[in-house]
Amino acid sequence: MREKILNMLEKNSRIDLKDMAVMLGTSEAEVANEIADMEKEHIICGYNTIIDWDKTSEEKVTALIEVKVTPQRGLGFDSIAERIYQYSEITSVYLMSGGFDFTVIIEGKTMKSVAQFVADKLAPLDSVLSTSTHFVLKKYKDYGKVLGEPQKDERILVTP
Amino acid sequence: MRNALSKKIVDIEPSGIRKFFDIVNEMPGAISLGVGEPDFDTPYIVREAGIYSLEKGRTFYTSNAGLKDLRVEISRYIEKKYQLEYDADNEIMVTVGGSEAIDVALRCMVDPGDEVLIPQPCYVSYVPCAVMADAKPVIIELKEENEFKLTKEELLESITDKTKILILAYPNNPTGAIMTREELAELVPVIIEKDLFVISDEIYAELTYDNTHCSIASFPGMKERTVVINGFSKAFAMTGWRLGYACAPKQIMSQMIKLHQFAIMCAPTNSQFAAVEALRSCDEEVRKMVEAYNQRRRFLLNAFKEMGIDCFEPYGAFYVFPSIKKFKMTSDEFANRLLAEQKLAVVPGTAFGASGEGFVRISYAYSIENLKVGLERIEKFIGSLRNEG
Repeated sequence: MREKILNMLEKNSRIDLKDMAVMLGTSEAEVANEIADMEKEHIICGYNTIIDWDKTSEEKVTALIEVKVTPQRGLGFDSIAERIYQYSEITSVYLMSGGFDFTVIIEGKTMKSVAQFVADKLAPLDSVLSTSTHFVLKKYKDYGKVLGEPQKDERILVTP
Repeated sequence: MRNALSKKIVDIEPSGIRKFFDIVNEMPGAISLGVGEPDFDTPYIVREAGIYSLEKGRTFYTSNAGLKDLRVEISRYIEKKYQLEYDADNEIMVTVGGSEAIDVALRCMVDPGDEVLIPQPCYVSYVPCAVMADAKPVIIELKEENEFKLTKEELLESITDKTKILILAYPNNPTGAIMTREELAELVPVIIEKDLFVISDEIYAELTYDNTHCSIASFPGMKERTVVINGFSKAFAMTGWRLGYACAPKQIMSQMIKLHQFAIMCAPTNSQFAAVEALRSCDEEVRKMVEAYNQRRRFLLNAFKEMGIDCFEPYGAFYVFPSIKKFKMTSDEFANRLLAEQKLAVVPGTAFGASGEGFVRISYAYSIENLKVGLERIEKFIGSLRNEG
C-alpha cells in the first residue's frame, strides 16, 4: 500500500485523499494514516511543485556544479556536504561516483550572482579542491514531466 | 451498367459505432469517453526499436507467418503468462491486428450454413466476419444478472446440429466482463461433448484486474479445438502499429497462413521488430499501465455508485457498462441526448448487439482529470433527467 501511495503522490502531490482511497480500493482514513506516518518517518520529505519558470517573468538561472573535495578525517564526505547544503541558494547536493565528488545544483537570479556565489562561498571552502560550473540553458523535462506545451489527445473520438 | 456490388456485402449492416461517430464529429467542442484504445503512448523502448529497424533499412517482407524472432517471443510469452504451449514454427501467425485474425480464422473454419455462436454484447466485427465467411451467425444474448458471462445453460440452448464455432471474447469489449478459470471450466465439457471449435479473442488478456487471465485453450482437450487471438494493441498501447497474432493447432494454422499469404502477405515489418522489444522488455511498463487502469476503474465505479447509476463490477479491458434503464430511454436516446445537452460522447450499448439495449459503454482509457470532466457532465445530465421525471 505504501509504495502505491508514494507512486501516486510522486506523480501528483495535490491528489485528493478521497480519490486516492477510491482508486486504491481502501478507506480515506487508511490513506491519511499512512501518509501521516510516512511524513513522520521522513519517507515523505515534502511536497514541491514543478514550475516552468521560463514561462513567467521571473528571472532564474540554474547551474550544476561539479565539486572535488578532500574528505575530512573521521567525518568523510558528510561534514563537507553539510557545509555546502546549508546555503539556501543550493537546491540539491549529491555525492557522486566517478571523476568528481559532489554534484551541487544551485539557483540564482543571474549568471553573475551564481558565479559570485561559487567564487566567494563555495570555492574558498577549505576542503574544496576545485569546482566546475555548468549553466542550464533550457529545461526539457524535469521530475518526470515534459515541460513545454501539454500533449493533445489526437485519438478519434469514438472507436469500437 | 450492372450492379457493381455484392449483395452479401451490401446487406451487412454498417457498424452502429460508425453512425454515432458521424454524429459526434458534427458536434463542435464535444469531449468523449468513447474510445476503444489506450491513452498511453507506446512505451518509448518499443517505439525506439521501430525507429532502429527503419534506420537499419529493415523494410523487406517477413515470412508469411511473421518474423521468426517474434514468433519465438510470442511462444515464450504466452507460455509464461497463460500456460499456453504453441510451437513458434507451426502454430503461431503474426497478423494485422487481432481483427485480421478473427476474419481469417472464421473463413478458414466454416462452410456455408455452419452456425457460429456469438455471445453479445461483443466487439462489432464477429457477426460481419461470420457473414462474409458464409456462415450463419447465431446470437446468444448475455445477461447483466450473469455479469455478461456465458453460462453453460445459455450455451447448451443455442447449440444445434449445425453449430460449429463458439466465439469467446473475454475480457470483453464492451462490458469489461471476464471469465475465471472456474467459470470457463463449466463450458469446457459442453464444447468437447458437442464437438465445437472455439475462437477465443483474448486481445484484452493483460488488462485483467484483481485476477489473472485464464485462456480456454489451457484446459485439457481444448488446444486442439481452439484458435487463440491476441495482439499488441491493448497490452502495449500499440493500436496504430496494427499487430496481432493467432495461435492454433498446425492443421488449422497452415490453412490460416495460406489465406493470410494471399490476402495480406505479411504484417508490417517495422511493427514486428518493435513488437519483439515489447515482449522482451515491457513487463514493468505493462504493470504500470494495468495499475493505472485499475485505479481509474475503481474511480469510475465509485462515481457511478455515488450518482446512483447501476453498474456491475467489470474486472477486465478498459470499459464499464452501466445500466441506464432507470432513465426510461433507449441507449441511443441516452447517448444522443447526453451528446446534445452536455457534449459528451459515450457509446450506446446497442452498437454491440441488441442485448446491449439499456446500457452504455464508457471507456476509462483517459486520465483521471479527463474522467472527472466527463463524470461532471454525466452528473449534470442525469440531474436534469431526474428533474424532468
